[in-house]
Amino acid sequence: MEGNKALASTAARDRDLKPPKKPSYNHKRSVWREMKKNYASYLFLLPKLTLFTLFIAFPVVWALVLSFQQYQVNGSFFIGLDNYIAVFQSDAFMEALENTALFTAVTVPFNIISSLVVASLIFPLGKLSQNFFRSAFYLPTVTSMVIIAMVWRWMYNYDFGLFNHILGWFGIEAVNWLGQSSTALWALIIMQCLIPFGVGIIMYLASMGAISNTLYEAATIDGAGAIKKWFYITIPLLKPTTLYLVLLSTIGSFQVFTQIIMMTGGGPDNATETLVHLIYKTGFRDFEFGLAAAQSVVLFLIILVFSVIQFRMLRHDE
Amino acid sequence: MYKKDRFDKLNKALIYVMLFFFSIVSLLPLYWVFSTSMQLSSYEGPEMERPVSYVDSNPPKMYPMGFELYFEHWGDAREAKKAGNLEEAQYHREQMDHIVDNTFSSFVALFQKHDIGKWFFNSFYIAVVVTFGILLLDSMAGYVLAKKRFPGRNIIFWVIISTMMIPGQVTLVPMFIMIRDLGIMDTHWALILPDLSMVFGVFLMRQYMYSIPDELLEASKIDGASEWKTFWTVVLPLAKPGLAALGIFTFMNVWNSFLWPIIVLNNADLYTLPVGLKTLQDANLASFKLLMSGAAIAAIPMIIVFLIFQRYFVKGLTLGGVKE
Repeated sequence: MEGNKALASTAARDRDLKPPKKPSYNHKRSVWREMKKNYASYLFLLPKLTLFTLFIAFPVVWALVLSFQQYQVNGSFFIGLDNYIAVFQSDAFMEALENTALFTAVTVPFNIISSLVVASLIFPLGKLSQNFFRSAFYLPTVTSMVIIAMVWRWMYNYDFGLFNHILGWFGIEAVNWLGQSSTALWALIIMQCLIPFGVGIIMYLASMGAISNTLYEAATIDGAGAIKKWFYITIPLLKPTTLYLVLLSTIGSFQVFTQIIMMTGGGPDNATETLVHLIYKTGFRDFEFGLAAAQSVVLFLIILVFSVIQFRMLRHDE
Repeated sequence: MYKKDRFDKLNKALIYVMLFFFSIVSLLPLYWVFSTSMQLSSYEGPEMERPVSYVDSNPPKMYPMGFELYFEHWGDAREAKKAGNLEEAQYHREQMDHIVDNTFSSFVALFQKHDIGKWFFNSFYIAVVVTFGILLLDSMAGYVLAKKRFPGRNIIFWVIISTMMIPGQVTLVPMFIMIRDLGIMDTHWALILPDLSMVFGVFLMRQYMYSIPDELLEASKIDGASEWKTFWTVVLPLAKPGLAALGIFTFMNVWNSFLWPIIVLNNADLYTLPVGLKTLQDANLASFKLLMSGAAIAAIPMIIVFLIFQRYFVKGLTLGGVKE
C-alpha cells in the first residue's frame, strides 16, 4: 500500500514536471496526424531527398544489381557471381590492389606523422607566423590535383626535369622516374609524401588548441622536457584526431586516380595501375559495365572494412 | 635562467629554419607552375647564332629568365642612349618588347588558339550554380533534421549519412547509364545534378543548426511567421558562418572535380578547366610552358579564394570533422 502510494505520487509529479509526452506512433492515425501537422518539414526536405534518391541511393542499389549482371543495352541478365570471380581471377585487378595497398601503406603513415610534426612546430609560434605557415602548407591542398600532377610530371621529366637536375648537384645519375616500372610507383609515392597533408595540419592545430594548458604546467613542475611532454601528453590526447585522419586519408588514398591518369596512365606494365583507375578503364574504355560495377563494389567493401575497424577503435577509446 | 633563455632562442630559430625548409618543399611545385608559365621560350641574344628556349634547357632555369634579361637590356639601352648610339638603343628596346611578348605568349595563346576562356567560364558558372544550390538545399534539409520532430526524421538522416561511407566510384557506372538514358550526356546538367545531390553538406548544416537557440524559432512562430519566413529571416542569417564554410568547400570541390567530368564531357565547348587541361596535355602538341600557363590560370582563382576566406576553410574542416 505504502509503496503503491509513493509510486502514484511520483507518477503524478512526473506528469507535472515532464514536458509533454513525445508522440508515440503506435497508432496509424496518429502518425498520419503528425505527418500532416509537420508537412512543412517534409517540403523542406523534398528537393534534397529527391536528388539524393535519384542520383545517390538509386545508383548505389543499381551498382549492386549490375555487379551480378551481364550488361546489355537491350536487356541485362543475371550471371550470378561471374563478375566477382572474374575480378579476383584477373591479374590486372590483383596488381592494382597490390599497388593501391602499397601506396596507402606508405603514404598514410608518412602523411599523418609529418602533419603532426609540422603542426607541433607551428603551434607554439605567434599568431602571424602561425597563419603564414598554415597557409603555406594548406595552399597545395586547395589546388586541383590535376595541376599538381601536371607540374610533378614536368619535374620528373628525364631530360629537363627539376629532380634530375637537383640529383646532379650531388653527382647522382639521372633517373627515368615515371618511365620504368621499377621506379614509377615509388615516384608517385614520394610525390604524395611531399605534398603536405593540409587537412591534417589544420585539424591537429585545432585539436592542440583544445588541450588544457594545466596539463603541460603540471608536467613542467614534474620536470618533464618538451619532448617528453609531446610523447606523454600531446600524442595521447590527439588520438581521436589521429584516428579520424587515418580513416580520412586511408579512404582517400584507396581512391587515388587523378595522379595516375595524368602522369602514367597506369603504366609502364601496369606498375602504377590502381583500383579506381582500373575501374575507370574497365567501365569507360572497355565498356564492361558489369565487371566495373563488381570492381567498385569490392573497392567499397575494402573501404568499409577499414572504416569499421577504425570506428571501433575510436569508440573503444571513448 | 640565462642559459635556458639562450637555449629557447636557439630552439626557436631551429623551428623557424625547419618550417621554412618544409614550406619551400610544400610550395615548390606551385612556384614551378608559375615560373615555367612565364619562362622565355625563344630568345636570341646579341651573340647567339639561333634562338634558345629556357623552358627545356639543361640545367633548368630556376626563375623566368625574361625578368633578368629585361633589366639587362634596359640597362644596355640606357647606356647606349647616353653614349649616343641610337641604333643600339633601338635594338635593346626591341629586345625588351620581344621579351615581354614571349614571357606572356602562352597565356595569350591559350585564350586565342585554345578555348581556355570558355573552359574557365564553364568551370566558374557550374561551381557558382552548384554552390548556391547546395547552400539552399542543404541548409533547408539540415534545418528540419536538426530542429523539427516528425515521423521518419531519424531514418531519413541515417540513410543519408550512411551513403557518405560509400565511395563515389561505386555509382560511376549506373550514373553513366542513367545520364545517357536521360539524354543529358555531354551537357552541363550531367555535372550539376549529381553535384547537387552530394550529402556532406546536409550533415554539416545539421551539425551547425543545432547551435541555433530554439527560443528564437519559437519567438518567430509566435509572431506569426510562416515556416519559410522563419527559415529565411531567422535561421539563415544565424547560420552564415556555417554556410560560408560549406560554400567554400563546395566551390573548391566542384572547381577541382575531375573524374566525373572526363567521363561525361566530350564536346570541347563544354569542358571545364581540369578536363581542358587534360586534353591539352594529351594532345602532346603543347609545350610545357603552355601547359603550365593553363595550370596557372586554373590555380589562381582557388588561391585567391583561399587567401580571402582562409578562416572559413579552418572552420569547415573542424566543423565537419570533429564528432561530438
